[in-house]
Amino acid sequence: MRIPVETFRLDNGLFVTLSEDHTAPIAAVNLWYHVGSANEKPGRTGFAHLFEHMLFQGSAHVGSNEHFELIQRAGGTLNGSTWLERTNYFETVPSNELALALWLEADRMGELLPAMTQEKLDTQRDVVKNERRWAVDNQPYGTMLEKMQELVFPSSHPFQHSLIGSMEDLSAASLDDVAQFFATYYTPDNAVLSVAGDFDPAEVRSFITEYFGPIPRGKGKPPLPPMNLPQVFGSRLREVVHDNVSLPRLFMAFRSPVFGSDEYYAASVASALLGMRKGSRLHRALVRERQIAADAGAFTFDLAKGSDLLVVDVTARPETPVARLEEEVEREIDLIHRDGVSEEEVKRAIALIETDLVASLQSAGERADRLSMFATYFGEPELINQQADRYRRVTAESVNELVTERFGENNRASLIYVPKEGIESESMMAAAAGAS
Amino acid sequence: MVASLRPIAGPVRNYRFPEFIDQILPSGIRLVTAPVAKLPVVTVLVIVDAGSTNDPPGKEGVAALTAGLLPEGTSQFSGAELAEKFERLGTSVESGADWDSAFAKITVLSDRLDEATILLGQMLSAPAFPDREVERLKAERLAEILQLETEPRGLADEKFSEFLYSPESRYSKPDEGTSESVSSLSREDVERFYRARYRAGSTTVVVAGDISADDSRAVITRAFQHWASGSADGQQLVAAARANRKSIHIVNKQDAPQSELRVGHLGLPRKNPDFFPTLVMNAVLGGLFGSRINLNLREVHGYTYGASSFFDWRRGPGPFVVSTAVESEVTAAALREIFIEIDRIRSEKISEEELSLARDYLDGVFPIRYETTAAIASALATLVIYGLQSDYYDVYRKKIRGVSAEAVLGAARDHLHPSELQTIVVGDARLIRDSVTELGMGDLQVHEP
Repeated sequence: MRIPVETFRLDNGLFVTLSEDHTAPIAAVNLWYHVGSANEKPGRTGFAHLFEHMLFQGSAHVGSNEHFELIQRAGGTLNGSTWLERTNYFETVPSNELALALWLEADRMGELLPAMTQEKLDTQRDVVKNERRWAVDNQPYGTMLEKMQELVFPSSHPFQHSLIGSMEDLSAASLDDVAQFFATYYTPDNAVLSVAGDFDPAEVRSFITEYFGPIPRGKGKPPLPPMNLPQVFGSRLREVVHDNVSLPRLFMAFRSPVFGSDEYYAASVASALLGMRKGSRLHRALVRERQIAADAGAFTFDLAKGSDLLVVDVTARPETPVARLEEEVEREIDLIHRDGVSEEEVKRAIALIETDLVASLQSAGERADRLSMFATYFGEPELINQQADRYRRVTAESVNELVTERFGENNRASLIYVPKEGIESESMMAAAAGAS
Repeated sequence: MVASLRPIAGPVRNYRFPEFIDQILPSGIRLVTAPVAKLPVVTVLVIVDAGSTNDPPGKEGVAALTAGLLPEGTSQFSGAELAEKFERLGTSVESGADWDSAFAKITVLSDRLDEATILLGQMLSAPAFPDREVERLKAERLAEILQLETEPRGLADEKFSEFLYSPESRYSKPDEGTSESVSSLSREDVERFYRARYRAGSTTVVVAGDISADDSRAVITRAFQHWASGSADGQQLVAAARANRKSIHIVNKQDAPQSELRVGHLGLPRKNPDFFPTLVMNAVLGGLFGSRINLNLREVHGYTYGASSFFDWRRGPGPFVVSTAVESEVTAAALREIFIEIDRIRSEKISEEELSLARDYLDGVFPIRYETTAAIASALATLVIYGLQSDYYDVYRKKIRGVSAEAVLGAARDHLHPSELQTIVVGDARLIRDSVTELGMGDLQVHEP
């Protein structure tokens, strides 16, 4: 199975990747800007994400919210998202509407500022504050991401601060900030445009050249402070959060090799072997056999700079004291650190990852997003076709090397959520009794 | 700079929902196959007429527990062994029960399909329901119920159903059961439910992906040969409203920074003849980003991150509900806007602009919904579960395009009932009680969760 990949670059620096597929009359447009929360100035946490909202507020030839309306009217789906290292915008449309999606992206890349007003900024600030209340403050374990960033990155590191931002910093954001951020980061030479699906390559090239070609190159962006980090934390990190939650939950993070490196694939397999599906080590040991956990999983952040994070995530059963939860997870990590993994486990993990990879590439939007990702981080969209091979090259030996290096006691950061005292403790005991 | 003229759409390119072959196997099992040769992957989705509406009174959750236990052990293999066998083939079984059916699903690379499907067939036809796993899954469900007490979105959904439907209606309780009903379930309950409902005549296997109809028939015939014959009886569903007057319930959550809001009433059964006008009406009201409720609450007032409305289509009348979460201070103001929008769509015809936005979206997005084998399989399962015509997906777009502004107004007047609206707020009662009372939307009750 091979996804076709074609690339070119406009004179203004915009890098374009194309991937044809005519099985359905659908085309996906995906734009990655190489800017994320890591690029925010002190006192402006959350700005990259607030700015993402502003990109849906119109541009020189597009009215407020018209971007959404035009795409939906065309029968398309769309959204944007912000992450530590990048911001992306995407549309999937019936292929006869591909030019519209490209034109809309070009209009806001070229001429966003004429449409910006204080009123729009104020409204989106309120929307984002409500997003924070909804997804972070009023959601059990919702503060996990920002607390984890704070715990595992040194204070001056670009990955250390909150992505959604603090209420104070969101309040402080001004139209000047919008103009400056736009001029610095939303330039063709800081972006990758991908198109996947049903299109004629010559025609799509001419659309892209016409719409994006006139946009001037940027003046360069300020370099990020040094991102590199030692391979391990150097000591055990631990934070207990007393929060409005019903069940204790432990997130244990390990510094791990950056996304895209050979060692990353070993780490990703280690993560799957620990926490992917019911046959994984943690599920088998803690959920099925010992029955101290209600759920167990593991994942990687996939950070391409500095250091990635591998996170183990285990939720306690009501009757499990938090100390026991911590002890049992530590025990499983000690075990894998000491005895390593078997070839069988590695094969299981790779087989699952491979199916997920193929299944996800069925969607044009996913294909376009991955092309943008590999082009943005590594300048190599072709990597989309090498993922299965890179996983297949992982062996028990390479996972064991990784595990020995990264799962020691000097590289564990535990973020532990504990129910606030007095909350539901009586009904918890009742349910626990009912369960046994 | 950028060309100021908006590009015009090119000619529409043809699309057809994948063709499928619908047949009854000698065992009595129905097989629906959609060969789609895009990538080397196949989804097998087994649906059984054993959904949660079949739970006996007091045994709510037995349908979900039974389906959840299917991968947890057979006469031959333990649950751990089964998980390992599937996962070595790069797949795992997802199983559960919705209101209207039980399901078990795998997505697998095509060269491993035969082996995985044979295993799936064995698993479904000889489950052992080991005591230990029955007790474990019950305990996990009880843990989930506890989690809801601190999870405002799930809690609001659950309380909404509870206050919407009469207590004897199955829909008034969570599909996976309450702590009381789940605690009372035994292995025998599960076994009995399985024997009664998992029968060939009540089972359909949907296969979608990189496989021919002949190969599908061969492998499914082999995999599902040991299957009890006959079919299960239908169960009478009670789905009456709890109250026929509007009322407001506050579920108190001290210090909550937001209020979770649910406003609605009983909706329509899936096979109601007004399905299409109602779908378009809801898209204008709250089904799209550009819908009235979302634009009003989010883009005009900045009250929320998002607001939407939907009809939950089931065999019986599922709920019609408007959902959003707003900052505590603006709870009453946001509710007022929701009531205004429900009244407004009933009082005058929607504009041509609004009508075309909703129609064009639902029509145009159709092919985008069926990009994956899992999505195609699920669409075919919908046909089977609700007994829709086999050309349903061929005429869908035409039916959407045929909905007029008059029909939308008719659907709004016939199927939205302002005098019956039930309002549920999960939030800080201290802060919102007075202003919400002043709305005059019926008697107000405050509940502790």
